[in-house]
Amino acid sequence: MQEELLELREDIASGIDSGKLRTDEMVLNMGPQHPSTHGVLRLELVLDGEVVVKIIPHLGYLHRCFEKHAEAMTYPQVIPYCDRMDYLAAMNNDHGYALAVERLMDIQVPERVEYIRVIMAELQRIASHLVAIGTFGMDIGAFTPFLYCFRDREFILDIFEKTCGARLLYNYIWIGGLSHDVYDGFEKDVMQFIKAFRPTITEVNNLLNYNKVFIERCASIGVLPPDVGISFGCSGPMLRGSGVDFDLRRDDPYSIYDRFEWDVIVGDGSAGTLGDCWDRHMVRVKEMEESCKIIEQAIAGLPEGDISEAIPKRVRPLAGEIYTRVENPRGELGYYIISDGKGNPFRVKVRAPGFVNLSVIDAISRGCLVADLVAILGSIDIVLGEVDR
Amino acid sequence: MAAEALTPEAVFNQLNDTFSDYELTYDENVPCIIVPANAIRDVAMQLRDAEEYAFDYLMSLSGVDNGDETLGVVYHLYSFTYKNQLTLKVIVPKEDPKLKSVARIWLTADWHEREAYDLVGMTFEGHPDHRRILMPYDWEGHPLRKDYEVPEFYNGMKVPY
Repeated sequence: MQEELLELREDIASGIDSGKLRTDEMVLNMGPQHPSTHGVLRLELVLDGEVVVKIIPHLGYLHRCFEKHAEAMTYPQVIPYCDRMDYLAAMNNDHGYALAVERLMDIQVPERVEYIRVIMAELQRIASHLVAIGTFGMDIGAFTPFLYCFRDREFILDIFEKTCGARLLYNYIWIGGLSHDVYDGFEKDVMQFIKAFRPTITEVNNLLNYNKVFIERCASIGVLPPDVGISFGCSGPMLRGSGVDFDLRRDDPYSIYDRFEWDVIVGDGSAGTLGDCWDRHMVRVKEMEESCKIIEQAIAGLPEGDISEAIPKRVRPLAGEIYTRVENPRGELGYYIISDGKGNPFRVKVRAPGFVNLSVIDAISRGCLVADLVAILGSIDIVLGEVDR
Repeated sequence: MAAEALTPEAVFNQLNDTFSDYELTYDENVPCIIVPANAIRDVAMQLRDAEEYAFDYLMSLSGVDNGDETLGVVYHLYSFTYKNQLTLKVIVPKEDPKLKSVARIWLTADWHEREAYDLVGMTFEGHPDHRRILMPYDWEGHPLRKDYEVPEFYNGMKVPY
């Protein structure tokens, strides 16, 4: 028995040396049901041992034909479908769509509507970033910060629920206005939330972001150089993490963002290399503070007024087309809408930030370990609902 | 480096001088530049690399069925240097919808061209990985065409609900 084993081992060894036994690449499927893919995404990995040689992403598991549906709906009916694309940032999605149709129809919305929209969009940004930060920590193995993040996100969802009755998919921002005005005591609730939320950022910083184990896992992993990011069309925290100072709220101002004082956060590579996972993560963390600043100023300046005076009875834009982009928590969300003068859109194309950001994964993950790939995927912060649409 | 961002019309006039072999047209309703299918790669290269344009960011690439026996591809460009936007359009006939790929010029176009092929069904010549992306790989037809008919069955499963 012993001798047989020894013989076998010699055979294997000589086989490797002579090239008879193949020790080359292996193909492994990660997903579609893998907790770190944040939904249903299948990555076909070509591995050399533990090292990633190539990644072939397979999308479409959550494809719900948004663009085909949109062609069969009237313009206001499309809004609930927009909610369902990026279900963690439904307010921002509606905001972009409403803005595009308003520009197409040349509608001027009341001041109060603009202010409420900005407050809602920024609250939603905080909620979305909290999910991103919490789940990223969890991907890497830190479970506790996830609970802190979800605890605070709950306050935001409560505010949304009190405003419009829904916790996740709101159908709140309508073309020309809003579905409801805010409730009495809304301002107080929001200010109270911000007061209670600021210490959480410090808490998460202490627990997770400046934790040595966490930094070791993220620093210099998945480095995205700025020029590669631009060529791939990355946007949002993904691109800012690589040091590109670009935020649509400032550089292509829409709504009333030009009235507020706030800073665009960019990565600086202080933990490792510029554009690594830690930079992207920290951009999100610091952006939450900037959103708080915007919300405070918007609450202070919230004017009185009627929120439904500009809502059109019939939405029927003249023939034409428009490309409008807004800053989603994940990056540049673009709507390309063509109207042929009828009641339903001729073509709606969505440029989803998650879709574009995800396309970079093969380029930045080659040569890393499988365990690091989980960190990279988490730091891209995809929502499959909008990747697949 | 010029400090001024060029208007779409100025870009068109300059491009027209550079590419006298191709027939470029300017649509002032949108406004956009309509580029012939065989010229799009050269024009794109020029727009990205020439210092006076520097359109280094492809925001979006959309496939459109125009509904009149033609398909269109719309490119929305942005320049980080000058902070201006430009729209390009390519119109191809429905019988033979072929145009050159720009996936090597802006890497964004890689997945977007696959999406346009998948949903609208034009062929991008020279694309490195010309496959469907959102629909299943064995799906037949291109759903965003105006004359598309939903199939009865897909692999034995009933499709219309």
